[in-house]
Amino acid sequence: MRVKRQLQGSTQTGSGLGALFRLNSRVRGLVGRTDRLAGKVFLLPAVLVVLSLAIFPLIISLYLSFSSFRFVKGGFKINFVGLANYRKLLLGSEKTHFLGVLANPSPFGWLVFIIIAALLAISLVWYIRRGQFSAGGLFWRGLATLVIGSGVWLLVRTLGSGGRPGSLVVTLIYVFIGIFFQYMLGLGLAWLATQGLPGRRFFRTVFLLPMMITPVGIAYLFRMLTDTDKGPFNIIWQVMGLANFSWVNHPWGARMAVIIGDIWQWTPFMFIVLLAALESQSIDQFEAALVDGANQWQIFWHISLPQILPVSATIILIRMIEAFKIVDLPNVLTNGGPGTASESLTLQAYMSWRALDLGGSAAVAYMLLVTVTLAGVCYFNLIHRTVKEKV
Amino acid sequence: MKGLFRRKSTISPSPAAMVLMYLALGIWTLVVLFPLYWLVVTSIKLPIQVIEGPFYLPYVDFQPSLHAWHYIFFDLRNDTLRPYFNTIVVSLTSSTLTLLLGTAAAYGLLRFHYRPRVGAILMFIGCVVLVIVAVNFGMPWQLAVIAGIALLIVLLQTIGRRFKRSLGNNDIAFWIISTRMLPPVAVVVPIYVLFQKLGLLDTLTALIITYLAVNLPIVVWLMRDYFMNIPIELEECATVDGASRYRIFWSIVLPLSVPGLVATFLFVLVFTWNEYLLALFLSSAKAQTLPLIVAAQNATRGPQWWYMSVLILIMIIPVIAMAIVLERYIARGLLVGAIKG
Repeated sequence: MRVKRQLQGSTQTGSGLGALFRLNSRVRGLVGRTDRLAGKVFLLPAVLVVLSLAIFPLIISLYLSFSSFRFVKGGFKINFVGLANYRKLLLGSEKTHFLGVLANPSPFGWLVFIIIAALLAISLVWYIRRGQFSAGGLFWRGLATLVIGSGVWLLVRTLGSGGRPGSLVVTLIYVFIGIFFQYMLGLGLAWLATQGLPGRRFFRTVFLLPMMITPVGIAYLFRMLTDTDKGPFNIIWQVMGLANFSWVNHPWGARMAVIIGDIWQWTPFMFIVLLAALESQSIDQFEAALVDGANQWQIFWHISLPQILPVSATIILIRMIEAFKIVDLPNVLTNGGPGTASESLTLQAYMSWRALDLGGSAAVAYMLLVTVTLAGVCYFNLIHRTVKEKV
Repeated sequence: MKGLFRRKSTISPSPAAMVLMYLALGIWTLVVLFPLYWLVVTSIKLPIQVIEGPFYLPYVDFQPSLHAWHYIFFDLRNDTLRPYFNTIVVSLTSSTLTLLLGTAAAYGLLRFHYRPRVGAILMFIGCVVLVIVAVNFGMPWQLAVIAGIALLIVLLQTIGRRFKRSLGNNDIAFWIISTRMLPPVAVVVPIYVLFQKLGLLDTLTALIITYLAVNLPIVVWLMRDYFMNIPIELEECATVDGASRYRIFWSIVLPLSVPGLVATFLFVLVFTWNEYLLALFLSSAKAQTLPLIVAAQNATRGPQWWYMSVLILIMIIPVIAMAIVLERYIARGLLVGAIKG
C-alpha cells in the first residue's frame, strides 16, 4: 500500500518537474547505459560464484577421481591412473566397504526381487500400451526401471543371510526408510493439527524445534538416549533384559540409532509444509462432502490427499536430495561403526580423505553424485511427473 | 486460517476422537521435548550423577549444580567464546551475502531475458579442461589461467559467433538450483586445495565464501518462487516514471517481499549455523565453528556428557528462540517453495 502511494506521489512530481527532467537528459543517458547492463549485474555474481565454487571444483574432482594424489615435500603430486579408483570400489579391495558382501539371495529375497521386477515390468508395459509415449519418456522410464531393478537386486543380495551391506546400501537405507517415516509421521501430525483442536499454535511451534538443532548435537543427544545403562530409558531396558545391550556396537542397532535421529530431526520439515498445504485448502469441498454424508477418513482420502500430492512429491524430492548427504549423524553418533557398518557414502569419502587417499575419496564422492542423480531422475520421471500431470 | 475457524463449526470431532487426537499429539510433543529436557537436566548434573545411572528430576532425585556451565564459560572461556564468535560472524555474514546475491539473481531470472549461447558454454568448459590438463603437465598455474582466458576470448570472438543455439532463463535457473544436488564432499577437496593455494585455509573468509556457494541455490529457488507472486504492474508503473532497474528492485520489489526474505534468511542462517562437514575440512584451529567444538568433545576418557550438554544447549538456544519468534514466516516460506518447485 505504502509503495503504491509513494509511486503515485512520484508520478505527480514527475509530471510537475518535466522541465527538470529534460535538463537531466544527459545524466539519464548514463543511467540508461547502466540500466542496460542491469540484467548482467543482477545475475552475473551468482553465476560466477556457482561456476568457481561448484562447477569448477566438480571438474577438478572428476579429474582427481581418475588419479592418485599424494602430498610430497612442498606441495602435491597427481598421477593419472585411469579407472583404477573406480575399479577398486566396484571390484577390488574396497568392494566390501562400498557395495558390501554379496551373497546368493535367499528364497525370500528371490520372491521380493521377482515381485518388484514384475511390478516394474508391468508398469513399463502399461506405459507403452497406453499409446501416448515419446522417445524421451520411454528412455527415462526404461532407465528408471533398470536403476530401481538393479538397486533392489543389490539390496536383496546384501541384506539376505550371508550378505553384508556396504556404505552405498547403508546410505540408501538411511534415505528411504528415513523419508518414509518422516513423511508418514509428518502427514499424520499435520492432519491431526488441522482438526480444529485448540492449542494448534503450540503444537506447531513445538514440532518445529528439532529441525533447528544442529545434527552434531542431535547425534550426541541420541547417543545419550540410546545408552542402555546410564540413559533415561534404563528402566525399560532392564525390564526387557537388554540393560547390557549396546546400540552402537551392534550393526543394525547403530543404523537404527542413526535413522531414528534423522527421523526425529526431519519429521518437522514434512509436518510444517504439509500443515501449511492442508490449511490452504478450500473449505467448500469439505462441506459438500459432509452434506453428502462422507466421514473424516473418506474426506481425507478422496479430497485432502489428492490436493496435497504435488506438494508431497516436491518435499520428498527435496528431502531425498538432502538425505543422501547424511554425514554428521553417523560420524558423531556411531563413528561409522561398528567397523564400517553405519558408514554413509559421504562419511566414507571423508575417511578416505583423512587417510590421504584423495583419488579414492573423489571416486566415492562421484559415486555418490551418480547415485543421487540417478535416484533423483528416477523419482522425478516415475513419481513426480505422474503426480503433477494428474493434478 | 479463516477456513479453519469455519471448519471447526462444521466438523467438530466427537469427544472420544478428540481425546485420541490429543493423545497422539501429546505423545509426539513428548518425543520432541523429552530429549531437550534430558539435555537441560544433564547439563546441571555432576559427573557422578551421570555415571551412576539415570536421575530424572532435579531437586527430587539429585541436587543440581552449575559446575558444567561454570567450566564451559569460565575455565574454558576463550575456547568456547571464540568458536561461538566465529559461528556468529560466519553465519551472519555468509547468510547476508547469500541473500544479496541470490535475491538479485532470482529477480534477474524473472525479469530479464538471458540467452547464453550453447557454443560459448562448451568452449568455456573446454578451456577449463585444457587449463587443468596444462597445469597437470607442469605448466605454472598463473600462466595456464591467463592462456586459458586469452584462448576463450579469441574463440568467443571468432567461432563463438557462429553458434546460434542458446539457452533460456529456465535453463539457467535449473542449472543453479540443481547444484544443490551436489554432495559437498564431491567439491570440497578442490576447494580445500584452492584455499590452501590462496593462503585462506582456516580463516573465516574461506568458510563464508564456501557457504555462500553452497546455499546460493536455495535462495535463488525460494526467492524466485516468491517474486513470481509479485504483480509486475507496480514495476511497469515505476518504469514509466523513469525509475532505474536497480531502484525498482531496491525500493519496490524488496520491500514487497520482506516475508519471503525473512524466511529464506532464516533457512540459510540455520544451515550455516549447523554446518559441519565443510567446516571440518576447511578449518583446523583458528576458524573452528561450534559444531566442530561439539563434535570434538568425544574425549579419550569417554564422552563428558555434562560439558557436551552445555555446549549443545548454548548452540541451539539462539536458533530455537529465533524459530519460536519467527515460526509463521518459516511455514509460509517453505510452502511457497514446495508448491511451485
